[in-house]
Amino acid sequence: MAKKESTFINMVYVLFLISALSGLALGYVYSITKEPIAAAKKAKIEKAIKEVLPAFDELSSGYKVFSYDGSKPSDSLVFFDAKKDGKWVGTAVNTYTMKGFSGLVKLMIGFKPDGTINKISVLEHKETPGLGSKMSTPKFIDQFNNQNPSSFKLTVTKDGGDVDAITAATISSRAFCDAADRAFKTFKQNKGGNK
Amino acid sequence: MDQMKNFTKGFLKENPVFVLLLGMCPTLGVTTSALNGLGMGLATAFVLVGSNLVISLVKNFIPDKVRIPAFIVIIASFVTIVELSMQAYLPSLFDQLGLFIPLIVVNCIVLGRAEAFASKETPLSSVIDGLSMGLGFALALTILGGVREILGSGAIFNMKFMQSDGMLVFVLAPGAFIALGYLIAIINKVNNKA
Amino acid sequence: MEYIIIIISAIFVNNIVLAQFLGICPFIGVSGKISTSVGMGGAVMFVMTLATISTWLVQYFVLTPLNIGFLQTITFILIIAALVQMVEIILKKVSPPLYAALGVFLPLITTNCAVLGVAILTVQKDYNLMEGVVFAIASAAGFAMSMIIFAGLREHMDLMEPPKGMKGVPIALVTAGILALAFMGFTGLV
Repeated sequence: MAKKESTFINMVYVLFLISALSGLALGYVYSITKEPIAAAKKAKIEKAIKEVLPAFDELSSGYKVFSYDGSKPSDSLVFFDAKKDGKWVGTAVNTYTMKGFSGLVKLMIGFKPDGTINKISVLEHKETPGLGSKMSTPKFIDQFNNQNPSSFKLTVTKDGGDVDAITAATISSRAFCDAADRAFKTFKQNKGGNK
Repeated sequence: MDQMKNFTKGFLKENPVFVLLLGMCPTLGVTTSALNGLGMGLATAFVLVGSNLVISLVKNFIPDKVRIPAFIVIIASFVTIVELSMQAYLPSLFDQLGLFIPLIVVNCIVLGRAEAFASKETPLSSVIDGLSMGLGFALALTILGGVREILGSGAIFNMKFMQSDGMLVFVLAPGAFIALGYLIAIINKVNNKA
Repeated sequence: MEYIIIIISAIFVNNIVLAQFLGICPFIGVSGKISTSVGMGGAVMFVMTLATISTWLVQYFVLTPLNIGFLQTITFILIIAALVQMVEIILKKVSPPLYAALGVFLPLITTNCAVLGVAILTVQKDYNLMEGVVFAIASAAGFAMSMIIFAGLREHMDLMEPPKGMKGVPIALVTAGILALAFMGFTGLV
């Protein structure tokens, strides 16, 4: 079969047909993967929340709170309030910092109603393996448990704070503190929790 | 066409990464571990087989002047299918591979095979060529990923065999370049001997 | 102030070739001589900026409002391919000498992962249009700069005798690795 001629009509027709067919195929794949994608995203967040909050039986859906120092929608943090037996037991805050060694670091911090940190979990980071990546290890991350940032200064000891930085990973440690501090200040400002 | 030769060429003699020197960006970018390399390799293989097949089937309907845009649409569709499927069913791998999944569409290997092979050969040959190049690519990435993981993290396929971390530079940018450079030199030696 | 951070980050700290691995094919392929590297760098800067602007506009005025974000890959690459085609035609008519200088590199830019990569990154990082343009220009400058440095190194290496197996691409890659190592020294600048 000879190849189709490169007339203008043919070119437009063929391109249009191919684009239309692929559009349809992709639309179809999109519709069947939409649910699993949303479910996978949700599962990831829920796992982190369960890890950082004290026991709860009711969780609010996430709501955005503008970071105390930011104004862009992308500067907002996401809050999740947890209740047990109808009483507010804590709020998980999905926070971030751009000051990591390699940029974005995302944390999930569980706050008790009085602002004490229950536990922190690292959601996402691109820090150097073996150095900044140590921020997820218990040795570093557990030092925040049960500390209240009103008295436990969320900066590294080098900068006059109370946080024991990771050896040779000061930048990552500082970034971590930045994210945690942002979460705490925004939490205090919003004094979150269900009314 | 000797289909057996067609199938095996991608692994050593015409390995897209080590010999043809195509598809460098993902090769260097995602091979921080053997598993990541394998995942990326297989995803690319899927796109290669799919696009080679479709292009070979419709090659006579596409006017010559628009063949590149047409190929791109077909390739990009398969890439999007891989993107969506991975996001849905393998979310942690998707997070690891990140930006490089949509970049499969500009992987010179895919467009290169479409242009050089699929647009001229039969669907069967094209599928086998896609498989050969795709699996050869996957092999190369897994090897590079494995080398970097062993030297850099003291682990292989996420199983640690060393107490401490290895030579960290290998899981970082410079290590990728250096490791690949030496691997290509070794493969050159092997090919020249064979 | 934000812009300075974007610029320093894109050129030095997160250099798109040496740190993010985008644009490797032309980086290895075209950096044999300093003159070709300058030509390619200029062409990339031109296309990358235009591409980022066009893809940004399409993302925020078409894809997002119509909720067809999953078509991002396919629309972006088509925009880039069309853009390169158009630029070639326009350049030929408007400035033949410039076309003679850059022309041969233009088709190669369509498959340059750096262009598509930067377009996608601009959207991922939530930049507004102005920030996106600055990011594109700075990234391209970083690309051009590292390629020119690399070409300089390679021109030197051509006069030397590495072991037979290492000649050509292998030694070039190891050199690129050392260059990348040098650039790692910039981290912490921002």
